[in-house]
Amino acid sequence: MTEGEPLIRWDWIASHLDEFAFRLGEHVELTVIAVSVGFIIAFGLSLLILRAPRTEAPITWVTGTLYTIPSLALFALLIPYTGLTVLTAEIGLVSYTLLILLRNIVRGIRGVPAEVREAAVGMGYSPREILWRIELPLALAVIIAGVRLATISTIGLVTVTSLIGQGGFGFLILIGIQRFFTTELIVGAVLSVALAIVADALLVLLQRRLTPWTRAT
Amino acid sequence: MTLLGDVARWFADPAHYQGSDAVQTRLLEHAAVSGLAVLTGLLVALPIGLYLGHTGRFGFIAVNVANIGRAIPSLAAIALAIPIAGTLLGVQNGLGFWPTFLALIPLAIPPILTNAYVAVRGVDRDVIEAGRGMGLGEAAVLRVIELPLALPLILAGIRTAAVNVVATATLGALVAFGGLGRYIVDGLALQEYDRLFAGALLVALLAIAVEVAFGTFERAAVSPGIRVQQGAL
Repeated sequence: MTEGEPLIRWDWIASHLDEFAFRLGEHVELTVIAVSVGFIIAFGLSLLILRAPRTEAPITWVTGTLYTIPSLALFALLIPYTGLTVLTAEIGLVSYTLLILLRNIVRGIRGVPAEVREAAVGMGYSPREILWRIELPLALAVIIAGVRLATISTIGLVTVTSLIGQGGFGFLILIGIQRFFTTELIVGAVLSVALAIVADALLVLLQRRLTPWTRAT
Repeated sequence: MTLLGDVARWFADPAHYQGSDAVQTRLLEHAAVSGLAVLTGLLVALPIGLYLGHTGRFGFIAVNVANIGRAIPSLAAIALAIPIAGTLLGVQNGLGFWPTFLALIPLAIPPILTNAYVAVRGVDRDVIEAGRGMGLGEAAVLRVIELPLALPLILAGIRTAAVNVVATATLGALVAFGGLGRYIVDGLALQEYDRLFAGALLVALLAIAVEVAFGTFERAAVSPGIRVQQGAL
């Protein structure tokens, strides 16, 4: 922090709105790709766990270990192989969504009451129909809760990818740190938190629309 | 793969075990700031969580604290600690140990507070009633009944906090603190991939070691009575 400089320079903020919009796009893009790809992989792994419960322990162990590795370290381990690229950022970001999403998908589907499943079998549903028309809709609330967690944590982690040349709002934070410019780093941090809150609210709305029956109780 | 050879040579080089940039020094810095932050977080969060859980009041605070904590990105916490350390503590440029330490505390508090609250709240009401019936006072109920039964979840909260803190302490290197993140940040800046990779490996191993150590401690510290019960379920 430079002597005599105010904590926040509002004129700087007003003159950089274009850049904020650009960083917002970058941040959203990195997040959406990570959560979408993470969801597809986690969904596949969840089906595997549900069909072959013996795979649960090793899959949980691997995704749990990935989750434990600090983000900066994981990115750093990838750099020699994939460089300072979006790919490096996404591999790391996707890795962190897996455990959260997987847990919720498996828990959600296992939480479907056995009677409901039996009733579906009795009505002649095939296993595929039971999954898509009975289990997934009933598990949706728990699954979306996982997507919310994964989205919030990914939005936070995207800021760290600024160190490997990506970063969205994290770019503002990093430049702010490097230049001792508090306005820029505060703006970057606040916008990142705001984005997380907005994304979470949108997912709550989505969940209410998709599962109207949960509101009755 | 030549990289792994380079990394092995990096670890074998005696120069990396001497001076202020020595591996053991960086490890100690990393562990010290993390340990202090978790301890401070524990001193703040545990009494509040236990009290809220015991009285059952202000539950929404306990839950909201956790959600807010999750929404704050670690890089933002470190960044925001710079002006705070600079303004409040008068630290030179707001850099070094203090901003790192300050940034880590709010990351340690939410999991400890929420888990302590949920754990104590979740203790079977009948058991507590039985304790009161046997003449236990409020403090005794908390100490003899709620605490032992809530212990597994409380410890899990502390483990989550410790792993988060150790992970984020890596970013302290950005605000001129030492720690193992130094190797990653310097390795990136100098494009020395052996140093970068070695640092990342050390950080990853430290985080996994903390996770495993706390997990082992948890299993050892849980009352045998509850362990049997959990096994039966």
